[in-house]
Amino acid sequence: MNFFEILKFSIDLLAVFLLALGIKGLSKVRSAREANRLAAIAMTLAAVGVFVESLGASGIPFNSWFWIIAGSIVGTFLGAVVAKKVSMTAMPETVALFNGCGGMSSLLVALAVAIFPLSSSEEALNMDLVEKISIVISVFVGSITFTGSIVAMAKLQGWLATPAWMQSKIRHFINIGLGVVSLVSISSLLSVSDSGLLLLVISSALLGVGVTLPIGGADMPVVISLLNSYSGVAAAAAGFVVGSQLLIVAGAMVGAAGLILTQVMCNGMNRSLVSVLFGGALGATVATDSSGSGEYLNITSCSAEECALTLEAAERVVIVPGYGLAVAQAQHTLREVTRALEGSGIEVTYAIHPVAGRMPGHMNVLLAEADVPYEQLKEMDVANPEFPATDVVLVLGANDVVNPQAKNDPSSPLYGMPVLDVQEARTVFVIKRGMSAGYSGIKNDLFDLANTSMVFGDAKKVLGDLLVELKELGISGKN
Amino acid sequence: MSFLSEAFWVLLLGSLLGLELIGKVPPTLHTPLMSGANAISGITMIAALTLIIKAGDNLPLLVMGSVSLGFALFNVVGGFLVTDRMLAMFSRKSIRK
Repeated sequence: MNFFEILKFSIDLLAVFLLALGIKGLSKVRSAREANRLAAIAMTLAAVGVFVESLGASGIPFNSWFWIIAGSIVGTFLGAVVAKKVSMTAMPETVALFNGCGGMSSLLVALAVAIFPLSSSEEALNMDLVEKISIVISVFVGSITFTGSIVAMAKLQGWLATPAWMQSKIRHFINIGLGVVSLVSISSLLSVSDSGLLLLVISSALLGVGVTLPIGGADMPVVISLLNSYSGVAAAAAGFVVGSQLLIVAGAMVGAAGLILTQVMCNGMNRSLVSVLFGGALGATVATDSSGSGEYLNITSCSAEECALTLEAAERVVIVPGYGLAVAQAQHTLREVTRALEGSGIEVTYAIHPVAGRMPGHMNVLLAEADVPYEQLKEMDVANPEFPATDVVLVLGANDVVNPQAKNDPSSPLYGMPVLDVQEARTVFVIKRGMSAGYSGIKNDLFDLANTSMVFGDAKKVLGDLLVELKELGISGKN
Repeated sequence: MSFLSEAFWVLLLGSLLGLELIGKVPPTLHTPLMSGANAISGITMIAALTLIIKAGDNLPLLVMGSVSLGFALFNVVGGFLVTDRMLAMFSRKSIRK
């Protein structure tokens, strides 16, 4: 080992250590921001390591510098712009986009090595089986990650709807067909050299589309998290291709961590990974099964004015924000309403279901953006025992997560899902656009209860009306 | 044999480490964690860099490496910045109280 190799080795070790610390730290609120920076430093170190190694070996030709700088400038600039410009509500699709590009990168590396073997380095002259396998894995997983992520992004943005035939059983046959084609091309790649590569790229790319397209919007975060895990796998495979242990360990770490995170998300939504991936939209199947029992008998609706009157008389108010609030981008208006209430001495807290928002944890980010103090956000386990002592609950665009069926009705598909016990409060207002069912397609028993009133309308508009009414009652937001 | 067997040990231990690192994550952090882990998965930029450096005068290889590096850095830089933006909102609140 010469000096450069030792230096490169130390840098790599340090980078892996910092990366592990970074991932660990990201799972605690207090250390998360520093951990993120730590991980960024680790990535920079990893890049420095590559330069150090090649300086020690044969140096870096001028040609290479040019292409390195060109690629870096474009990627860094676009990444920074997107990261700065994107709105907090658009976070799920942004993560999907970034993730897809990571997959694309692994795919391109593997393709490049497959088409133009690195003949300059003697060990690559005779491509052995392991290298072929890693290229194949990298291409396969990379393509699926790329197209899957892009489809996920397009669906979340609303650019793409699911065609009806994709919801039917046909899609399973199509996907199985694509899987078979992929396997055939993989085996031909491994036995007969240099054939089937294009076929593999196309079939795995289509497979990514075919698997992601039928999945409903609320399940998408799970898919993105899974694809994120895949891109770790693709990175590890690329590590085998170019012979970098750093890449292997980092890819494996992200792959495994992503898998755990996916599992955690599934648990929060009371969904199994298998049903997310192969069951298609839960709503589509359940709604047809149980549509007969979906009649509401005792709906009370009221205006924003009545709601404001009740709020004025309350001492403790709990806000339950959900997907609808995020979609309506009403978090800032909500904050004005709660400021007004706090201004007149009413205690306001927020009960956050683990999967509230457009993806797990998203609601916390949105409310933080609207300046809601972190201490006012209560997690489900803390919030639930406090509902009986609560005067008014405002349910904003949440549905399934406040459905008492999950506790009371063993025959309900929701049974067993952790929910917020809002019905324990004295009065519940549900702000909702209409009587349509939630994501699960199941009737919400909460709406039928005597202490529940519906306020119909878009969350942002209703909150705006509420603010006006509160001001007329002499409750203003100045505090 | 040496690189390969080492590489598989690395793969195994790295996966086990990854499984252990995220045990209990508060739901608050799911979104930032996902985005941060996503930025780290852009580590393929190392592969792209290696590719460009080893490419020599092979123009198609240089171009593919460069494009791949661009995609990876888009993922890395964007991922870390956007995660920082999210986390900044949490930390700002706890200081201000």
